[in-house]
Amino acid sequence: MASLEAFLRGRLCTAGATAAALTAAAHTLAACARRPWPLLDAEADARTASPAQRDAARTQGRLLLRVARRVWPSPVLDELAGAVPSPHHPLALGAAAHAAGATSEEAALAAAYHAVAGPATAAVRLLGLDPVDVHGVLAGLAPDLAAAARTPHPADWAALPAGAAPALDLLAEAHARAQTRMFVS
Amino acid sequence: MTGLLTAGASARRAMRARAAVATARADGRTVVSRLASAPPLTLRQTGPHTVHLVSTAAGPLGGDRLALDVDVAPGTTLELGSVASTLVLPGDGPSELVVTARVGAGATLRFAPEPTVLATGCDHRVAVRLTVEAGANVSWREEIVLGRHGEPSGRCLARFDATLDGLPLLRQEFTAGDPALDSSPALYGTARCIGTTFLTARAAEPYVAEGLAVLPLSGPGTLVTALAADAVELRARLEQGERLASR
Repeated sequence: MASLEAFLRGRLCTAGATAAALTAAAHTLAACARRPWPLLDAEADARTASPAQRDAARTQGRLLLRVARRVWPSPVLDELAGAVPSPHHPLALGAAAHAAGATSEEAALAAAYHAVAGPATAAVRLLGLDPVDVHGVLAGLAPDLAAAARTPHPADWAALPAGAAPALDLLAEAHARAQTRMFVS
Repeated sequence: MTGLLTAGASARRAMRARAAVATARADGRTVVSRLASAPPLTLRQTGPHTVHLVSTAAGPLGGDRLALDVDVAPGTTLELGSVASTLVLPGDGPSELVVTARVGAGATLRFAPEPTVLATGCDHRVAVRLTVEAGANVSWREEIVLGRHGEPSGRCLARFDATLDGLPLLRQEFTAGDPALDSSPALYGTARCIGTTFLTARAAEPYVAEGLAVLPLSGPGTLVTALAADAVELRARLEQGERLASR
């Protein structure tokens, strides 16, 4: 359980904080008059060195965007789908949160939670960890989630955070190569 | 700078230094057209297109602000190394190194200094801004050692930004020195050495092995990432990854 907590905290402080800031930037962009989605998507690409993680982020982004367009129909979501059919997940999440009327910080918090909730669920299913204990670990991460959601998202996208997690990249590529694949993240 | 004799290291005057190296094309060959040393960053030409960093003072120490400008003109070649590893030491506030490199069209840059060792108590910031033009051939290696033998790592925040013709190619930030985070199985686990090589050559496919990942980027480039218990193993893994990416 201690190693799960260390794993989740490490993922949250790197990939999670980066996703949170990209999500907040997408939320801000959704409210702008001119919306160069492909440029923000390229910034997400540059922060995701692992092809397996890029594929996962784009699959999740495409699926989220499809659902969001049905639940919260909006011209901004249609425009994003037209400009980048399979956007990185943070772009889809930020745009969907905007369409749903959520704030930028709420969108970032959802991104941070997304970074840890998936692996936590996997730990219950695959490692057979006690689900109540795992939820206890998630609850304990609440202050870190709030901090990740407050990660600054400067208007100059080049300066957005870009936290690297080398072991995560190794694991993602090894998983993409495994004979039995269970998740896309 | 108060000049007051306070405890130990803080009595030392922090260094501000800006060194530069540039190449030019003359008669179809590369010449090193500029070599500006600024202690502790001293540059020595060691071959027709090879330059080595020779440390002429300890450190960097806390409070030092160092900058290195690298300009590789279109169609020229530069190999930049260092004669020894860099030991980052504590001092009066954070130390900083900013490396700005421009690589022109059709130029070749190989940046491969010896490792940076984060001594206990150091607080180091590194920023690399690499601007690449189309058709350039770049290999950029960085190795970090988390503390000297048997000691906990000092703190470090290392940012790497590579752009190709103005578009982002790779942006990465490494943090070290928070024991709980460093040992996270998502970050470095039990590794004491972290290394990356950015290459403009694009690997045909990803490759993973023990402590090594060869990651083709979205754009034209590859990131080789390695984790290892010691610097020798780290170098071997990075070199293996570099060979695979350049094949």
